[in-house]
Amino acid sequence: MTGRDAILAKVRQSLGAGDDPARRQAVAERLKAAPQGVIPARGQLPRAERVALFRSMAEKLLASVERVAGYDEVPGRVAAYLRERNLPASVRMGADARLEAMPWAEQKTLELRRGASDGDDAVGVSHAGGGIAETGTLLLTSGPDNPTSINFLTDHHIVVVNAADIEGDLESALAKVRDRYGKGAMPRTVNLISGPSRSGDIEQKLILGAHGPRALHILVVDDQADG
Amino acid sequence: MQITSPAFKRNAHAALGDAELQKALGNVRSGFIDKRLKAVEALPEFDRLRDSARAIKNHALDNLDLYLEAYEEKVRDAGGHVHWAETAADARRIVLDICRAAGAKTVTKGKSMITEEIALNGFLEENGIRPVETDLGEYIIQLRGEHPSHIIAPAVHLTKDQVEADFRRVHGHLPADRDLSEHEALLYEARRVLRPAYFDADVGITGANFLVAETGTSIIVTNEGNGDLTQILPKVHVVVASIEKIVPTLEDAAQILRVLARSATGQEMSVYTTLSTGPRRPGDPDGPEQYHVVLIDNGRSAMLGTEFQDMLRCIRCGACMNHCPVYHAVGGHAYGWVYPGPMGAVLTPSLIGVDKGGHLPNASTFCGRCESVCPMKIPLPKMMRHWREREFERGLNPAVQRSGLKLWAFFARRPRLYGAVTGLVAPLLSAFGRRKGRFTKLPLAGGWTEFRDLPAPQGRTFMQQVARDRRAR
Repeated sequence: MTGRDAILAKVRQSLGAGDDPARRQAVAERLKAAPQGVIPARGQLPRAERVALFRSMAEKLLASVERVAGYDEVPGRVAAYLRERNLPASVRMGADARLEAMPWAEQKTLELRRGASDGDDAVGVSHAGGGIAETGTLLLTSGPDNPTSINFLTDHHIVVVNAADIEGDLESALAKVRDRYGKGAMPRTVNLISGPSRSGDIEQKLILGAHGPRALHILVVDDQADG
Repeated sequence: MQITSPAFKRNAHAALGDAELQKALGNVRSGFIDKRLKAVEALPEFDRLRDSARAIKNHALDNLDLYLEAYEEKVRDAGGHVHWAETAADARRIVLDICRAAGAKTVTKGKSMITEEIALNGFLEENGIRPVETDLGEYIIQLRGEHPSHIIAPAVHLTKDQVEADFRRVHGHLPADRDLSEHEALLYEARRVLRPAYFDADVGITGANFLVAETGTSIIVTNEGNGDLTQILPKVHVVVASIEKIVPTLEDAAQILRVLARSATGQEMSVYTTLSTGPRRPGDPDGPEQYHVVLIDNGRSAMLGTEFQDMLRCIRCGACMNHCPVYHAVGGHAYGWVYPGPMGAVLTPSLIGVDKGGHLPNASTFCGRCESVCPMKIPLPKMMRHWREREFERGLNPAVQRSGLKLWAFFARRPRLYGAVTGLVAPLLSAFGRRKGRFTKLPLAGGWTEFRDLPAPQGRTFMQQVARDRRAR
């Protein structure tokens, strides 16, 4: 008997469960329906308040948040972020079409490094798949558009998120991923990111920048503020 | 790892006399409790979420065989491999085989209690593979050749000065006159030292907080980002997880995530919650080329259908130990195996046997704080009591204790006799103890009075007082 069969047999024996079609059907139905549980009221807000909640929650997590009126403003804000912190004029970025369409050429001294991070990038720029207002969390998905390594190997992670993609709660954000990739399928990685990296492992004293980014800067693109 | 649970009493005694440990444990008493309370108070739905989380896990456990099958199929669909390990030895061998096939010399590890349970690090070392722990706390205790003393804060038993001394001892290539007096300096040094290890590693091993049957996804929750670097950069990602980590859907994982971080560290969400499904996809510029999941039973299936099934709801948040007066006093190492505190007091006898772990469910005052803060509403004191009963049934307690209990049971089952005897003894003790109001020594109870005084009875027994009040009415 293989390990698989032995474990499943022991589980069934302990549960006193035979091959019961009713059980099988209940499980299949639950997997299909994916019923929602308790959704906190906190994030169930109209759009403007939802975006404001996202911002205040993210700031509580020690991320910095800027609101910009359109995608065209992003390269200028990125360049300003680097200047203000005396960072080298170079950013790592994936092939996200929304990032590609931005007027980076206007930032003449800014170097764009493409693809996955090699570990020598001070700053990375990503486009989030969405945001979650209830906890100030960003949702990023892996792929050539936004390589996962940028989320963790850079010292400063700048994340662009569209205000229209900010959901009230975690379940709604995950349901969007399901809609995009199909029921039961997922991208290789979904990163839910809530603030910059930190550790409290020495005497419970909280310090930022443990292994991942020391700073998380969020640019909320709100191009239809009254929508 | 060597099991020292049978020596709990000696361990606890040593821990109480360890000044450095007692200083470090002060951080548990002050930190975790307040942070959790704040987070709980900020979410009005918290208690309903606990009920929801409990119901999800109960349903998943009652149908565990079916969800495991569904999960396996989804992992395969996503291009991953599922391995099944009945025992710790099976799991070690499977992980070693994967490492060998990858030609691995170095493996990085995210924090994982199940790899402690199966004693993976020592086994890999014996077989010429170097495991590098990357979570800061795990890294520190690996340098010291120790084991975690807490399931989410592995180095909580150490002070900053001890960590500094270890870093100076091990990081000999760094300038001796560097300043390590601040916490920040220690963290950044570990970050610098560990960064290259992620790139050198051939295999990255993580645990899993959840396995999602709907999608074949494993989920880890970290604050440092080490678990992510561990799984993104090497060409092989191995997830080591016990079978009870299964939840049906993404919605179910979301419900439990809401109570996990709040109960553990008082965060609303941990910094990084990462959902991983299969290896990198065609066109992906990063991520592992292979994705393996090792599903471990190691005693869990035998807990199903018993009075200990509820323990399998545990999500390893650590709230029970953070609120436990016994853990506060002796720390985690005294418990003598992988899982300390109240959850360890229930789980350890289940996994290593009540003959070895029997002291742990006895190391409780039954104050009930663990159950009151458990996000999964696990009846921990009740299960400790079950273990005490089993211990008694199997004749594992010392003879004096057994005869004492039998004597008490003899009287307890004969209420009239009980009332008559206590009615004689109480006034007697009251008369002898009137002057001091307490006894510092009593015949036959020297072990008890060695550490505390017995208050002298006021005069009559409780039953006598009730009887008198009734007559007076």
